[in-house]
Amino acid sequence: MKKDNRLLPNKDMPDFERDYFCDAHPETVKPLKGFIEKFLNWARANSLWILGFGTGCGAIELRPLMTARFDMFRYGMAPRPTPRQSCVFVIGGYASIKTLKRIVRSYEQIQAPKFVLALGSCTINGGMYFDSYNTINRIDHYIPVDAYVTGCMPRPEAIIAGLRKLQELIKQGKAEKANEYIENFEWYKANQKKVIKDWNMPDYNW
Amino acid sequence: MDTPLVLKILYSLISLAVITIWGLSLGGIVRKIYARVQGRIGPPFWQPFIDIIKTYGKRTAVTHGIMFFLGPVFRIAGGIGTYLFIPAILGSTIFSNFSVSGDVLLVMYFIFFGQLGMALGAGESGHPYSAIGVARGLAQMTAFEVPFALSIIAIVIQYHTLNITTIVLAQQGSILNWTLFTNPLATIAALIALLGMNMHNPFSVVLAPQEIPIGPPTEFHGSYLALMQTNRGIFNAAKLVLYMNLFFGGATNIFALIIKTFSIYMISVVVGVSFPRFRTDQSIKFFLFVPTLIALLAIIILVL
Amino acid sequence: MMKDILKRLTEKFPISEIEEQRANMIFVTMPKINAVQCISYLKQFEGFTHLVMLAAVDYIEDGIFQLTYILHNYELHTDIGIRVQIDRKQPVMESIHTLWAQARTYQQELKEMFGIDFPGSPDIDEPFLLEGWQNIPPMRKDFDTLKYSQETFFPRPGRKHYDPQKYMKEKLYPDKEPE
Repeated sequence: MKKDNRLLPNKDMPDFERDYFCDAHPETVKPLKGFIEKFLNWARANSLWILGFGTGCGAIELRPLMTARFDMFRYGMAPRPTPRQSCVFVIGGYASIKTLKRIVRSYEQIQAPKFVLALGSCTINGGMYFDSYNTINRIDHYIPVDAYVTGCMPRPEAIIAGLRKLQELIKQGKAEKANEYIENFEWYKANQKKVIKDWNMPDYNW
Repeated sequence: MDTPLVLKILYSLISLAVITIWGLSLGGIVRKIYARVQGRIGPPFWQPFIDIIKTYGKRTAVTHGIMFFLGPVFRIAGGIGTYLFIPAILGSTIFSNFSVSGDVLLVMYFIFFGQLGMALGAGESGHPYSAIGVARGLAQMTAFEVPFALSIIAIVIQYHTLNITTIVLAQQGSILNWTLFTNPLATIAALIALLGMNMHNPFSVVLAPQEIPIGPPTEFHGSYLALMQTNRGIFNAAKLVLYMNLFFGGATNIFALIIKTFSIYMISVVVGVSFPRFRTDQSIKFFLFVPTLIALLAIIILVL
Repeated sequence: MMKDILKRLTEKFPISEIEEQRANMIFVTMPKINAVQCISYLKQFEGFTHLVMLAAVDYIEDGIFQLTYILHNYELHTDIGIRVQIDRKQPVMESIHTLWAQARTYQQELKEMFGIDFPGSPDIDEPFLLEGWQNIPPMRKDFDTLKYSQETFFPRPGRKHYDPQKYMKEKLYPDKEPE
């Protein structure tokens, strides 16, 4: 593996905060070969730890997944309270710019391999907020998305179906968007910085 | 003493592997039971194993310093240490571990060692919720240590020995020889302390996923977390084996071990599903009042 | 009850317009210079101790912002709204955070969304919802939000627009003639 020695500029950070974050450019980690990766992918698919980002109306549809009626635990999915430990990032609907900043931050704190499930038409094309001054239109220009669930708002069954689809993708080894994010890092950063005007965080939040 | 050291190490590794698998399955079974009680299907009982494989399979990791590395290591050292100095099955060469080399005081030390190491590691992660969790955890730990230590003292007075194997041997013969029946007060006090140790519901304010995301391990991820998950299995089983040895007459074969540890664990599970959560100050008050008095009473009765 | 209050108010303040919406809800319009004095009087002497809300409307045709303060009296269960019209070119209004501390949040929002300044209000220049907003305040009518969204937010091609009235008629009542 080639070591990437590029440093991030972190232009927006003041000098006295330089000691508190890491300048290094994130690196892609290639998946392992053969049956080991298949086995790991099987484990990943059957143990989806969800970080529910309660933006918009999707948050209210995520809660019923825990209840007896929908019971996501039987598929090995579980909610996880911190981005460090989770692997599925669920964007629960429209994302305002203020939220997008937190979304980017949380997404980058999740350790690879990480998957994103976006709920609702708001994350796909802006939905009914397409002409809002403060709501982004499509989330996949800011973070890579593995699977979308359509609807306004999708019901819990639809969310479960989306998560099952994500499990299939992971088992087939197609959910490598975390590496895609690093490969197109400059493009994503440019898009993010285009809308987040007061960028007062490091360029990559480790 | 007859067994060569190499063979003994090998036996201990086997015994450790068995107890890890049992401890993790126990966690899975309990999650399944929780789910069935709540009318859900619930995860399969091997879910903890998948979780651990997945967390080990994380591709990237970040670190916050040396203690951040050492925290989970201390934790698992505490778990393994606790287990290795307890005779798991009486009379079995494979499962007797290193019980001749240590006594109940060493085991007590190991029970608290892991928590302290964890506190240092979580402290270095720098997350405010970790600090809150650590403060709560250490306060609660200090509180339940008192009834636990007192009931151990009661047992030591009762059997005139610190050696766990001797304590187990003294309880053999009949079910009425168990400490549960010869010294019920100490048993009750120790079982209440076990509730605090297991951090099940009335005393789960340390982890409290709803308020402080997950307490001390908030920043731990990937292999660090996997180590801690593995330790949860080992440590849980080790504590249960210790309780089985001290209060429930030990085990002479693996089935007795499984049944007894499962039953002891069910006590804290049943309490866990039926009670809401205490605040830290409430749980400290509780531990220093009811179980401490019971344990003191046990000692006083024995001395008289 | 309301009549007495209204009578006392008209004696004390130059009220230009009175609109009785309900028996227990009236709106009065008055010049900018008297408004805070009037609110203060209502709070201290007439028992209107609760600030329900503070909102603004942009009347771009008339070149004014209309601020509406709604106050509530718990004993009489009545509401009174004080309408103030301020110049759109110089949108400055006296702050009422000294009367109700929570008014600062309303004022902060108005400053951000309409650009109405309330000198002296705490954190009036801090961002409330829009972090790092660089355009004209977005709730003003001369701000084209669709254009801004299309320029900034990468709209996904292929979005179709339907006129709701026509679309519903076609889908639901294809045979019925419009009334």
